[in-house]
Amino acid sequence: MSNTVIPPDTGMAIFGRLSPQALPLHEPILLATFLIVLLAGAAVLGLITRYRLWTYLWREWITSVDHKKIGIMYVILGIIMLLRGFADAIMMRLQQAVAFGANQGYLPAHHYDQIFTAHGTIMIFFVAIPLVVGIINFVMPLQIGARDVAFPFLNNLSFWLTAAGAGLVMISLFVGEFARTGWLSYAPLAELAYSPDTGVDYYLWSLQIAGVGTTLSAINMVATIIKMRAPGMTMMKMPVFCWTALCSNVLAIAIFPALTAAFFLLLLDRYVGTNFFTNDLGGAPMMYWNMVWIWGHPEVYVLVLPAFGIYSEITSTFTGKRLFGYSSMVYATVVITILSYLVWLHHFFTMGSGPSVNSFFGIATMVISIPTGAKIFNWLFTMYRGDIRFELPMQWVVAFMLTFVVGGMTGVLLAIPPADFVLHNSLFLVAHFHNVIIGGVVFGLFAGIVYWFPKAFGFKLDPWWGKVAFWGWVIGYWVAWTPIYFAGLMGTTRRVRHFEDVALQPYFVLALVGAFIILVGILGFVMSIVMGFLRRRELADTTGDPWDGRTLEWSTTSPPPAYNFAFTPVIHDLDAWYDMKSRGYQRPVSGFRPVHMPRNTGAGFILAVLAAVMGFAMIWYMWWLALIAFVGLLVVAVGHTFNMKRDFFIPVETVTRIEEARLSGGAQ
Amino acid sequence: MRVSDQPLPRPPSHRSGYARWLIAVPTLMLGGCDMVVMNPTGDVAMQQRNLILFATGLMLLVIVPVMATTVWFAWKYRRGNPDKVYDPDFDHSTTLELAIWSIPMLIIIALSAVTWTSTHLLDPFRPLERTRPGVPVTPATRVLDVQVIALDWKWLFIYPEQGVATVNELALPVDVPVRFSITSANQFNTFYAPTMAGMIYAMPGMNSRMHAVLNRAGESWGYSGNYTGRGYSDMRFRLRGLSASDFGRWLVQVKQSRAALLPATYLSIEKPSEKAPVMHFGSVTPGLFDLAVNRCVEPGRPCMADIMRGDMMRGGGNPHRSGAHDPGIGGGTAPGHGSMPAAPHQEGHPL
Repeated sequence: MSNTVIPPDTGMAIFGRLSPQALPLHEPILLATFLIVLLAGAAVLGLITRYRLWTYLWREWITSVDHKKIGIMYVILGIIMLLRGFADAIMMRLQQAVAFGANQGYLPAHHYDQIFTAHGTIMIFFVAIPLVVGIINFVMPLQIGARDVAFPFLNNLSFWLTAAGAGLVMISLFVGEFARTGWLSYAPLAELAYSPDTGVDYYLWSLQIAGVGTTLSAINMVATIIKMRAPGMTMMKMPVFCWTALCSNVLAIAIFPALTAAFFLLLLDRYVGTNFFTNDLGGAPMMYWNMVWIWGHPEVYVLVLPAFGIYSEITSTFTGKRLFGYSSMVYATVVITILSYLVWLHHFFTMGSGPSVNSFFGIATMVISIPTGAKIFNWLFTMYRGDIRFELPMQWVVAFMLTFVVGGMTGVLLAIPPADFVLHNSLFLVAHFHNVIIGGVVFGLFAGIVYWFPKAFGFKLDPWWGKVAFWGWVIGYWVAWTPIYFAGLMGTTRRVRHFEDVALQPYFVLALVGAFIILVGILGFVMSIVMGFLRRRELADTTGDPWDGRTLEWSTTSPPPAYNFAFTPVIHDLDAWYDMKSRGYQRPVSGFRPVHMPRNTGAGFILAVLAAVMGFAMIWYMWWLALIAFVGLLVVAVGHTFNMKRDFFIPVETVTRIEEARLSGGAQ
Repeated sequence: MRVSDQPLPRPPSHRSGYARWLIAVPTLMLGGCDMVVMNPTGDVAMQQRNLILFATGLMLLVIVPVMATTVWFAWKYRRGNPDKVYDPDFDHSTTLELAIWSIPMLIIIALSAVTWTSTHLLDPFRPLERTRPGVPVTPATRVLDVQVIALDWKWLFIYPEQGVATVNELALPVDVPVRFSITSANQFNTFYAPTMAGMIYAMPGMNSRMHAVLNRAGESWGYSGNYTGRGYSDMRFRLRGLSASDFGRWLVQVKQSRAALLPATYLSIEKPSEKAPVMHFGSVTPGLFDLAVNRCVEPGRPCMADIMRGDMMRGGGNPHRSGAHDPGIGGGTAPGHGSMPAAPHQEGHPL
């Protein structure tokens, strides 16, 4: 035996199933994207090095435990992933607009199926969740008068775990494949027998890692709201946004374990050959469907409840009125939270659970529309006898109200089991959930970003480009999705790559036009940030209260100091800042004290990198690397518990200097 | 097996060139083209459509006023309007709150009542009571049995009484109630004929039912509603509503096919294939569908029902029956309900 010849198993032992074939060298679209990403990435890294920003990034952002910076990083992550998810959407729309009759379109099934899977996965897990969590992270502690969240390090770790999951999904674009199983990767299709390549493994590991982050973040937010409210802020004096954040995160704590367990069992099926969800040997694929939807339906409310909160804050501010029916709004939120656990089966009425079971879940679903309807009426009567300023955030609210009610109506329609028997998994369903997610969640997130942007950065977004974004999204939504509703009524099912019936083509062409109008909206949004930055002196907010706001976040500077409030405010009324303003509140200018703050740490980032390495190694069967990364995770996590340098005091001189700078800035 | 020599007719709604665009775009809002869901040919789908229209109408009673009021309030209470009342402290009104909770509640109560009854009446597992309005199904009414097996990526239809089978073509006589038994070889599909009765999942190891009827002769398409892999897009079948005489002629034509659907044939067409052509089989091995449900068409593979029976005998099963046997270790401990499924060969089907 010669020692110089490497046995073929050695490559397998080192690289697992990773080989040069995993790179997209034979796919021109992917290769071009890959090269562009590489070049752009190199350019960004070069610029950071050239301007010596590495230390700044590491100290001020990557290791930061400041809830405001973490919130901003979440939102940046969400916006970047929105561009990726939207690129997928445009590719699908192009394919469906041309692939009729003899024309097979430009995407083979292998590619198209990855695109729709990635689109759904990214839009929910890496766009909607980061944006919602980011806005809650930034706004909620300010609204309750806190200096940070309850567990600042955990917050940093949560963000980086989410980013690590997003990173794995992005890597799958260029190394190997993504799943071709739909955004929930249903068993049995996602089992090893039918999806043997790396796609489903990329899906499972990235979502498991991100899911840990989301769960930890939810625990953190609930603890913060329960324990860290300013004195005097009873639960029923809490801003509605905080209520919705509370309910949303309570929901998330309850449901994410179900998803994690389902994914874990599927991982066992795929890695060690168990039969939880296989067709044979007693496996029950149905169980997977139940578990993912026990997560999946409440997840919709995890996303939309905070959006409802955003609409409430904005409506109250821009009508110059107290929110109509505050307590009824709170009860509605709580009722939605509870009911959302009781409806998951409506995602598979057509499995044949029997009429009594179907009726129960159908009616439970409809009942949710009662508190939701009450909320719509509450916003309506907040506008009534108001003094409405139609600035950009308020325009988003009105567009939401007009769009969302239609989505609510089609949702109730789908909740009637016999109607669902003809509409289930048709494009009508797809149009419905885009109607509520775009019209409900996305509009709310944009409204929230426009509304709180000056608080975060000290200048408003460029209003002209903001209007381009607004009209692009609103018109684009209606042009893109109305024809899809009708295509659904023509009996067209979802996830279809190629159609026989050319009579459908005009609908899909119109939908493509709508998608391009939405693209204008997205570009308008990016431009509103760019132009806002360039015109930041004109658009500057020196008062800290650019919209004549009513809640506590507007009582501090824009952007707020690291410690948020030099003195913890005392709350007497629901709209705390409005109450303070109307009672002639004067900001204290002396008597400052040192502020106790959490210290930055790199542990969260390191843990997330190790988690991503472990996920990547597991995906490619590089067992040795997975083991090393796993041991590394344990060592760093345990090691961090011995880190006793976790807090510090901002000296009183610094606080005084910051507060005096604010005074000389001409505020108040 | 014989591939049907008649090409699939083009969809009836096909119009070429600009005409299609000129017609489609203006009629988009009116639902001009081929809204099968809104204009079905089967009595069940018709009742489902009526339910959709009723529920939509009921909800529009709230939706339209809300949308109108939104626009009205937004316009009336804008800052630039001098003719408005501004009352910054108006944040509560018991009357209004009562109204805003009770109006949606009333609508939902009405809708829930309709949902409860219609869900039971239109349950696909429930035998039909009528073939069309005013024509009840009597014990004397002939019911057609069709067994449906979803394969990767095509549909297999077995007519057990007639002893014929087809792939990707489902011909049904009009006004005859049909009882579908539905299963799948590997994946979760939905058996979806939008013009006939909606859909139900076709799942491996499960025998789902659907009762339906077609009331008008004509051609349409059926699909799978659940994505199953690369051939999914082309997994569609021709649904042909035929008059009684045409159906008879069609049967004769299929029977003339010399291809037979034997277990071996089944195993070969079960293999994944895309864009499968229409196939006709003049004869079918009896009991094949039950073997497919029990996942034991392949020789030597144990049937699921046998495995379950064995498990039950060993104590995982029905305590009422365990007395007849030695329950063994752990016997009779598990809570058993329901009846044991019968393996196909125990129902007397020749194998």
